[in-house]
Amino acid sequence: MQPVLGVERVSKKFGALRVAEDISFEVPAGEALGIIGPNGAGKSTLFNLITGNVSVDAGRISFCGSDITRAKPMRRCAMGIGRTFQIPQPFGKLTVFENLLVAAAFGARETEAAATGRCAAILDETGLAPRANRVAGSLTLLERKRLELARALATDPQLLLLDEIAGGLTEAECGQLVETIKAIHARGVTVIWIEHVLHALNSVVERLLVLDFGKVIGIGEPAEIMSSRAVREIYLGIDV
Amino acid sequence: MVTPTASWRVETRTRASSLFIVAAIVIVVAGLVAPAFIGRGMLRDLFFILTMLVLAQSWNLLAGYAGLVSVGQQAFVGFGAYTMFACVSLWGINPVSAIILAGFAAAALSVPTGFFVFRLQGAYFAIGTWVIAEVVRLSLAQWKALGGGTGTSLPSGATRDLAIVTWIGEAFGVRSSHAVDILTYWLALVLAVLAIGFIYAFLRTRQGLGLAAIRDNSEAAGALGVDAGRLKWAVYLSTAFVTGLAGALIYVQTARISPDAAFSVIDWTAYVIFIVVIGGIGTIEGPIVGVLVFFVLQNMLADYGSWYLLILGIIGIVVMLFAPRGLWGLFADRTGIQFFPVRRILAGGSSSSKSDAS
Repeated sequence: MQPVLGVERVSKKFGALRVAEDISFEVPAGEALGIIGPNGAGKSTLFNLITGNVSVDAGRISFCGSDITRAKPMRRCAMGIGRTFQIPQPFGKLTVFENLLVAAAFGARETEAAATGRCAAILDETGLAPRANRVAGSLTLLERKRLELARALATDPQLLLLDEIAGGLTEAECGQLVETIKAIHARGVTVIWIEHVLHALNSVVERLLVLDFGKVIGIGEPAEIMSSRAVREIYLGIDV
Repeated sequence: MVTPTASWRVETRTRASSLFIVAAIVIVVAGLVAPAFIGRGMLRDLFFILTMLVLAQSWNLLAGYAGLVSVGQQAFVGFGAYTMFACVSLWGINPVSAIILAGFAAAALSVPTGFFVFRLQGAYFAIGTWVIAEVVRLSLAQWKALGGGTGTSLPSGATRDLAIVTWIGEAFGVRSSHAVDILTYWLALVLAVLAIGFIYAFLRTRQGLGLAAIRDNSEAAGALGVDAGRLKWAVYLSTAFVTGLAGALIYVQTARISPDAAFSVIDWTAYVIFIVVIGGIGTIEGPIVGVLVFFVLQNMLADYGSWYLLILGIIGIVVMLFAPRGLWGLFADRTGIQFFPVRRILAGGSSSSKSDAS
């Protein structure tokens, strides 16, 4: 079976800074993959390369077998790659419901009538239903993060990219979020999740990928990765 | 896939907007029969208000919704006007058909100019549009058959001898010059109604929703599958068309053209921006309020010479500082009233979320 996402020898430089260096990995359908690494390791850049917000210098990216290396972000979204932004990017003057409607109408190519019920259900699932008709600009940070997730879901993605959506949440909120993501994953959505909150991440993902200075320094089962010497040194800052 | 719960529905109409539809129909019908009751002076005032309203609505769509802050819309006013003049004076086409042709000519002009200005962002886009308007003005000033730099007048019989003008003259019992004013007034009314109707209908479509998303956050809109480039092109092209129509219509009424007047950045862009900003950018109601305020100010201040522009400027700055969403924004925030609602309100369902849209 072909992988949902294939990243082959991808490199990217911002000036002299190598933000991605010869990165290769595959994500099989239905997997949940976690990405960890210190700040500035190139995690968000890797997402931007996958979604096309940043173009690669070298290498190849494929989605469900088709080459998307040069495809525009909107095309990749329509193909089934949904994402959240690390810093929430709501449509501030539109309501929460309308934010989702944009995603459903353009990302999932649905008519507004067809999308209404599904968007309402997503609002319920993400706990935003009481805020449905509020303008997104008036939301709190937590609600904005939920909106990021809800909007990505409204594009009806096959592959969902989550960029640090648990940061800054309380323990209880984080627990709720983990349950929501588990439910999404259980429906067969492939998930790639960048997160610093490791216990939340490790309760969902099946594999971990570690990035440092734009390079993959490890990929494998969470327990194995967390105990590896390289990760403990670089990521956790522990001298072993 | 989440299972959709039934019984959700989307509402856009509000009570105020339902009442407004009735009021709007009354106003338009009253507008259509008005020439039987009002004099030429007032007809000309209404013509001015209506044509400025059309220009303001298109600039509002361009800047307020698509984020394309152009200060070069006079390019399309002037190009439309000159196309109409060429059609009538040089090729003997009747002025009403010439107005339509002028709209298409302006839209055609927007293709090459868009090709240049869409490479620019923000302030550079604004300057780029202005430069292009100057280039078009200087080019048309070379057209000797249309009077070059000093301009020319429409042939005297061109509009008066139209069958419809003769018919209006007989029906209302007025002289042909008065009948021309009635015709241009009607055309302005129809153009204003069509322009507002088109913009409102567009904003309520899926593409209109996409445009609002681009206005709020272009990058996120792209990541969600909205084709920002194509939508901006569509808006740029269609506003050029409408602006060209308005330009041609204005100069059918004026009957005299010169490059400096037809491509005036003050008349066709600065005043238009003033109207939209005063009234409230990013709403359909805003330009309607703005054009009325502008008209009243212009009449009140007509005797004060250059003080007039100074006072307009001060009012503009005060509104921008204290009511950045314009007079309509101030009113709508207090009352929640919208005559042209585009907000999609989610209603019904099990966990009923009250319509608390702001």
